[in-house]
Amino acid sequence: MAIETRALRKVYPAPKLKKRRSGGPPPPGSLPSGPPRPPGAQIVALDGLDLAVPTGEFFGLLGPNGAGKTTTIGILTTRVLPTGGQALIGGEDVVARAVAVRRRIGVVPQRPNADRGLSVLENLIFHAAYFGFSRAVSRHRAEEILARMGLGDRGEARVEHLSGGQQQRLMIARALIHEPEILFLDEPTVGLDPQARLALWEILRALHTEGRTIVMTTHYMEEAEQLCDRVAIVDRGRLLACDAPADLRRKAPGGTLIELSLDGPAAPVEATARAIGGVLKVEAHDATLAVYHPGGGEAVAPLIGAVQAAGRQVTNIRLVPPSLETLFVSMTGRKLD
Amino acid sequence: MAPVKPPGAGSVLLALLMRDVIVVRRELAFFLMRTAMQPLMFTVVFGYLLPRMGFMHREYTAALLPGVLAVSLALAAVQSVALPMVADFGFTHEIEDRLLAPVPSWMVALAKVISGAAQAVIAASFVLPIARLIMGPIPGLSAAHAGLVFLVTLFGATTFSVMGLYLGSVIEGTQIGLLFGIVVAPMIMFGCAYYPWRGLDAVPAMKYVVLLNPLTYIAEGLRAVLVPAQPHMPLPVVLAALAFMTVLFWRLGLRSFMRRAIG
Repeated sequence: MAIETRALRKVYPAPKLKKRRSGGPPPPGSLPSGPPRPPGAQIVALDGLDLAVPTGEFFGLLGPNGAGKTTTIGILTTRVLPTGGQALIGGEDVVARAVAVRRRIGVVPQRPNADRGLSVLENLIFHAAYFGFSRAVSRHRAEEILARMGLGDRGEARVEHLSGGQQQRLMIARALIHEPEILFLDEPTVGLDPQARLALWEILRALHTEGRTIVMTTHYMEEAEQLCDRVAIVDRGRLLACDAPADLRRKAPGGTLIELSLDGPAAPVEATARAIGGVLKVEAHDATLAVYHPGGGEAVAPLIGAVQAAGRQVTNIRLVPPSLETLFVSMTGRKLD
Repeated sequence: MAPVKPPGAGSVLLALLMRDVIVVRRELAFFLMRTAMQPLMFTVVFGYLLPRMGFMHREYTAALLPGVLAVSLALAAVQSVALPMVADFGFTHEIEDRLLAPVPSWMVALAKVISGAAQAVIAASFVLPIARLIMGPIPGLSAAHAGLVFLVTLFGATTFSVMGLYLGSVIEGTQIGLLFGIVVAPMIMFGCAYYPWRGLDAVPAMKYVVLLNPLTYIAEGLRAVLVPAQPHMPLPVVLAALAFMTVLFWRLGLRSFMRRAIG
């Protein structure tokens, strides 16, 4: 097993209550965001997580912000100490054998953090030097990898002259240059334009074809579906489901989700909607009516009729076929992002 | 084509240091300007203008030169260790890559201290001849103990570098202004840099307060080896105090560094 976690737990101490002058965002480096909690409460980022990733698998961790994905990656990459449980990389404990674990892994961080005092090539050469590669060998390898990432002509460029997508590709190059067995990526396509995202997906697919073990966190459902062999859905530090994307979709509550936005509270329409033939499930949240129906589009007309009979108007309709998102929504009552 | 043998901790440490060598070399001019400005301006005013105006004894330059060097060491350590670390932990997170190198995390802290001490020595070596040039001949300046001068300078550079490690890992980005206002400025003014410790016989309370400041010992230590004829603290006392403070700041600094580095 390339990666294994057993009852992994991470609890952050209660944050010190600080009065902030403005209602602005929390200062950088503060504790991970997540669900609202009473002041003075400890933050349970991970609550008994069990994962097992075999060699060569492309494994996804899917969940909203605050689910514990970054904490999990942090523990697996020896950057965060677990409060309880165990995590093993290639059979080696990430706490007791941190140095040995670091030799086996490459990490692409959430935000590019290339060394801005060095050029693109130098970033790679120095990183390789940390792992024992000589200058000559690492220069050659660096040029190869940069060419592969589409950065072949940017070797001498300063890091700040690269676009967001280019910086992210540099991060991947840097993570790979010392030939790690396992590649970790923490939300690699956040903030990238669609073209850059697709380019990155191609690179990751190619890496996976080479037999590399890849672990990726994301809150984009289609990213997990497109790339991963298996996906673990996590929320609030707990594992909700773990399976191949196709099998997870089958577990999603049957039918298409028809989401109607109304011009007033949806609760009065709930009973009538439930009575429509074939409807599997109805949920009313404020002015939104969520209806699950196997036929999808065919339920739209009767639903609009039910809404109007209750004296309301439909302002928007959204149809969502069964997906990881609907599975997540049905398990937690919340959206992925 | 992975290396046949995994690299030893020593060679990884060397690789970490080489990166700093490259960056320092590139930014040397700016670094020296930032670090040397304040001590040299002070030298111009108190070591050249005021003696010429008759406000200061000629002999004052003998007490001033070692102090100016000590201040350069302090500022260099803050510039090269503390400030970059605040930025690193705060928003650039460049240090994350170094923390993924296959060495115990404390070696990353050690690399920063070594690199900071080296930069401080470079800054002091730059300031010394210029200050001497500005002030002219300095009564009692002795080159006899050049080796000791280098040793005391290196020791002082290390002490400040380790202090920089501590400051850099406890301070948040928003508190940098406070760092200079509440820590650096008082440390420089109340550290026997611009006056010898013996001179504080006139103000006994101050005489003992300044003993808490590492700058006092470095300035006095440099006085002992550069202008031995001037009154100064005995060198063994200086070295013992610096050794104690270095160990203290290393332990405090390493603890806070590890807490920031590994959540």
